[in-house]
Amino acid sequence: MHIPDGYLSPSTCAATFALAAPFWYVASRKVKRQLHTKLVPLMAVVSAFSFVVMMFNLPLPGGTTGHAVGLGIAAIVLGPWAAVLSISIALLIQAVFFGDGGITAIGANCFNMAIVGPFVAYAVYQAIAGRSELTSPRRVVAAGVAGYVGINAAALVAAIEFGLQPMLFHDAMGAPLYAPYPLSIALPAMLAGHLTIAGLAEAVAAAGLVAVLQRTEPELLDLTARRPATSGRWRETRALWFGLGLLMLLSPLGLVAAGTAWGEWGAADFADPAARQEIAAASGNVVPPEAVPSGLQRLSSVWSAPIPDYAPAFLRNEHLGYILSAVTGSGLVLLVFAGIGALRARRSPSV
Amino acid sequence: MNEPAYGVCSCGGKKRRGLLESLVFGLIGVESHSLEAETTSVLPGLLQRFDPRIKVVALLALIIAAVSTQRLTVLALMFALATGLALLSKIRLIRLARQVWLGVFLFSGIIVLPAVFIVPGEAITHLPLIGWPITLQGLRSAAFVIGRAETAATLSLLLVLTTPWPHVLKALRSLGVPAAIVAILGMTYRYIFVLTQSALQMAEARQSRLMAPLDGPARRRLMLTMIGTLLTKTLALGTEVHAAMVARGYRGEVRLLDDFRTRPADWAFLLAALGIAATIIGARL
Repeated sequence: MHIPDGYLSPSTCAATFALAAPFWYVASRKVKRQLHTKLVPLMAVVSAFSFVVMMFNLPLPGGTTGHAVGLGIAAIVLGPWAAVLSISIALLIQAVFFGDGGITAIGANCFNMAIVGPFVAYAVYQAIAGRSELTSPRRVVAAGVAGYVGINAAALVAAIEFGLQPMLFHDAMGAPLYAPYPLSIALPAMLAGHLTIAGLAEAVAAAGLVAVLQRTEPELLDLTARRPATSGRWRETRALWFGLGLLMLLSPLGLVAAGTAWGEWGAADFADPAARQEIAAASGNVVPPEAVPSGLQRLSSVWSAPIPDYAPAFLRNEHLGYILSAVTGSGLVLLVFAGIGALRARRSPSV
Repeated sequence: MNEPAYGVCSCGGKKRRGLLESLVFGLIGVESHSLEAETTSVLPGLLQRFDPRIKVVALLALIIAAVSTQRLTVLALMFALATGLALLSKIRLIRLARQVWLGVFLFSGIIVLPAVFIVPGEAITHLPLIGWPITLQGLRSAAFVIGRAETAATLSLLLVLTTPWPHVLKALRSLGVPAAIVAILGMTYRYIFVLTQSALQMAEARQSRLMAPLDGPARRRLMLTMIGTLLTKTLALGTEVHAAMVARGYRGEVRLLDDFRTRPADWAFLLAALGIAATIIGARL
């Protein structure tokens, strides 16, 4: 998984470095905000742990052994942003000091193993673990699946990076200058190794470590465990509510748009000469059929909108009609999601 | 059940190492690599004399040039240059062969071997018996990958073998890497050895108490418990280190001493390295 120098072109290395850079920036800001003066010492020791843990050879079911990258463990215990930093630092030292992974490929290796892997692992872990108890077996399963999916996601991205090389870089004789295998070979070759041994090693490491921590120090799993809604919720979502309100106030801007929205025609529009002209103008001057299409005719009477054309009958002002429609529509969407959230909260009681 | 997980066996050294032995050997390997690097970094060689900042930039430029070149002859010359720099820096070729060349050749060789047959192109010969065609393009492609990997790995090892790690870090700081990152890199390097020692002690303690071979699940539990214990120790260590730093006046600002001085020879080396790299990349050699 550690890509050495010479397998990726300099432009690919630069591109992956540019992709990784924003993640490093955001991660350092987020983790600094979280840890304050603890940032340097804690990240240092955790990075050292990430380095050392990669040396543990795990016995796997079936009799073989494999090394885990530890991306699942880092994402589950520390959260994805701290995992980005700690694994990146460990990979940097591995590349520069121990020659494991290329120096020019540091961006690619970090993007694959320190960014894609941990974020995918974290998302899978949260999705499966939900709000289960810290000591629930569900978290062990979630960690195993998270590690497995995370390392395979990282391998998939690495395979794509490899597979792009022969498509883009050849010498004058047509020989590939970097990794020589096209996507059709690179993808199955990488995934074959990771769907089996490497994936299993990562799954065993993540699930096993969560099981060990559940017995010894369950509070270490608390940092990334989802919690019930708290009083700080308004503070966290305040900007979103203000943004939503602003968008509602700006909704009459839709009146400024000229012409007709393509495809949003009613049955009556086909009989209206002005509307027919607009339909033709919006369709590249293709004249609409004389008769209303039978399907449209049949289905148009199935449902009558309570507020047709965003203009309630009792309101004369169409600007106010747009705003009222925006408030009503957004309110209905929020109600639906609030209902779903309440149902989920009842089904899976929080820790 | 067949493989003992500990201790001396009667296999005459032919049996594979157990898990704990492998771990111990790996951890000791990290420490010995570091020790060797510290030893070679003070030898009176060519690269050891250069300013670390100059060396980091120059070697990085040469690595990028080696990765960028589109000609095998240029790649061979770059490899020869790296080998020459190693000799002038009093680094024995046997060390390079053991630490880099053999490992990279085996790793990359296995990966690119199928390319010799798979990459389409002009068939120069066929494998006897099977009849698979060996293409010129496939051979060139394999040579490019192995040559680049060997050359870049040699150059990057030269940096570590001729420069103490704290000087590499200070050079990074001088080149604009944020102080916090440099401090984390420095402390990470330090605590890798602390945690390595801790893991070594755990492995040896467990090994000395094993009275019989362990089966697969038990060995798995053993390794996972060790990782879990190491994580707990790591987080406790982080808290202790933080408290110690705060007690000594640390308030979140990292300050590093920077006392490097450049000489004309440093600038000459830098110009030469940048000139080579610029020629290779600029002229698309």
